[in-house]
Amino acid sequence: MNETEKQTTTVPANKPIIEINGMHKWFGDFHVLSDINLHVLPQERIVVCGPSGSGKSTLIRCINRLEEHQRGQIIVNGTELTNDIKNIEKVRAEVGMVFQHFNLFPHLTIVENLTLGPIWVRKTPKKEAEEMAMMYLEKVHIAEQAEKFPGQLSGGQQQRVAIARSLCMKPQMMLFDEPTSALDPEMIKEVLDVMIELAEEGMTMLVVTHEMGFAKSVADRVMFMDEGQIVEQNNPHDFFDNPQHERTKLFLSQIL
Amino acid sequence: MSDPSTTTTREYLKPPVSEVGVLGWLRSNLFNSWFNSLLTVMVMMVLWQLIPPVVNWAFIDSVWNSPAEACRDIDGACWSVIPQNINFIFFGFFPEGQQWRPGLAMVLLIGLVVYSKNRNHWKKSLGVYWLINLVVMGTLMYGGVFGMPVVETDQWSGLPLTFMLALFGMVAAYPIGVLLALGRQSRLPAIKTLCVVYIEMIRGVPLISLLFMSSVMFPLFLPEGVTIDKVLRAQVAIILFTAAYIAEVVRGGLQAMERGQFEAADSLGLNYNQTMRLIILPQALKIVIPPTVGILLSAFKDTSLVVIIALYDVLKTTKVTLSNPKWTGYSTEAYIFLAILYFICCYSMSSYSRKLEKELHTGR
Repeated sequence: MNETEKQTTTVPANKPIIEINGMHKWFGDFHVLSDINLHVLPQERIVVCGPSGSGKSTLIRCINRLEEHQRGQIIVNGTELTNDIKNIEKVRAEVGMVFQHFNLFPHLTIVENLTLGPIWVRKTPKKEAEEMAMMYLEKVHIAEQAEKFPGQLSGGQQQRVAIARSLCMKPQMMLFDEPTSALDPEMIKEVLDVMIELAEEGMTMLVVTHEMGFAKSVADRVMFMDEGQIVEQNNPHDFFDNPQHERTKLFLSQIL
Repeated sequence: MSDPSTTTTREYLKPPVSEVGVLGWLRSNLFNSWFNSLLTVMVMMVLWQLIPPVVNWAFIDSVWNSPAEACRDIDGACWSVIPQNINFIFFGFFPEGQQWRPGLAMVLLIGLVVYSKNRNHWKKSLGVYWLINLVVMGTLMYGGVFGMPVVETDQWSGLPLTFMLALFGMVAAYPIGVLLALGRQSRLPAIKTLCVVYIEMIRGVPLISLLFMSSVMFPLFLPEGVTIDKVLRAQVAIILFTAAYIAEVVRGGLQAMERGQFEAADSLGLNYNQTMRLIILPQALKIVIPPTVGILLSAFKDTSLVVIIALYDVLKTTKVTLSNPKWTGYSTEAYIFLAILYFICCYSMSSYSRKLEKELHTGR
């Protein structure tokens, strides 16, 4: 539970990039998130796990306001999320998001998918945006597919394109919402490899996933959620070898 | 297969002869069961009875371009009714000697339509061309400059009138329909209510009643001395009518969009306008190409309803021609010609839409 205990090679700046204080969220009458408190420091890599319906996806979707919270405070990169649409758009431009079902734009080519955000949100000149897009496509090992359409790519390739699309916005941090859950088993590794490379470069990452191998090797902190609450968080070593809560133990015994 | 290094050889055989070629096709499509064989034989007998007389009437015993008197003595079709009256059918009451003006206007309009078919030309300039074309056509038809005598709009008739009402109707109705569809999805209650009321009201009445209202009721509400041109009023009625139908079709397309597309656009920081223009509409409008074309086709054909407010579209000018005693009795020929004319227009629209769908298909 103690954040200061964890040992990371990167020395985090002391100011958190995400600050969530006493946040609650309801879907209608259903209390989906309850009293969430979370501070994420720059370059931290956090894996969120938990049974389905525990609110972990909803939590990270609140961070870029794809979902609204009803009580408490979410401050991203110094901007508090309120109904102010300009603030929301500003935060979204700084926070990359990768979805379970990729959500590429099927009517645009791969390179157009990548340049859309930079051109229209960042007002980058088209040529510059295309060069950057090619750079990131190379980074996710898929540059040769630049002129194809998403529908012509495999799931793993599409997810790597989706990661590159987020990177093109030069985000301060990245959210991953079960990025490998919709993939065929043989494609999971290629996506995880890209995510590991990203982590090694010092990207701040908040990852909802069931890939415990990824959590063990990459995460600075593993967070377990159940019934809309953060039950336990710890460094991966202690989290997996010495879970404190009964619910965590039960969950780990079921998936490991 | 002949590669010696492959351990497993796989032979690729041609299918049996009876399955391919003309014989195979006949067998699998026309004679694949005793019932189908019977039907085939029966249909062939009916065709044997029908086709020769029709061919005789249309092509062998027919006359193609002769004065009306020559038609009295023949058994076949009198196609002469068309070329002999072509000026009136096409241009109606537009003054003789000035008919090159609507002719040129039509050529310009069709030229612009052909130009617009190429997707590479879909830029802002295309909208400008349509506006310029509208002005040039209006000037050509109305006259009053460059030594062209003025021709009032009540003399505009025939094919140019049909084409103008139809094409400008569609071109203007489409964007209005899209805006209405977006408005109906709006989270602002005022805009939403306004769009719902508009769409449901227009869809609740027949086009004929809208045309009546535009020609009879609407002028009553105008202050004295102010008149709005009758053709323009009919045009506006057609636009308003078509837009409401397009709005509902487009709304269907918007609802077919996955939530993930909105979320992906949001997560990049795109604003509402950008999301709609760059992500949602291009996909939604593509999905609804087939029903949209259906609506545009009916809009095109429905322009013939303007006869009830005494505008002479190409159907009406044909009817007027047939009321001339010289040419009474040749309506079959004249209406076949009109049917072919309408068919060419409608078929080119629907085949273009199929081509467009194919071009825009991106594998998902």
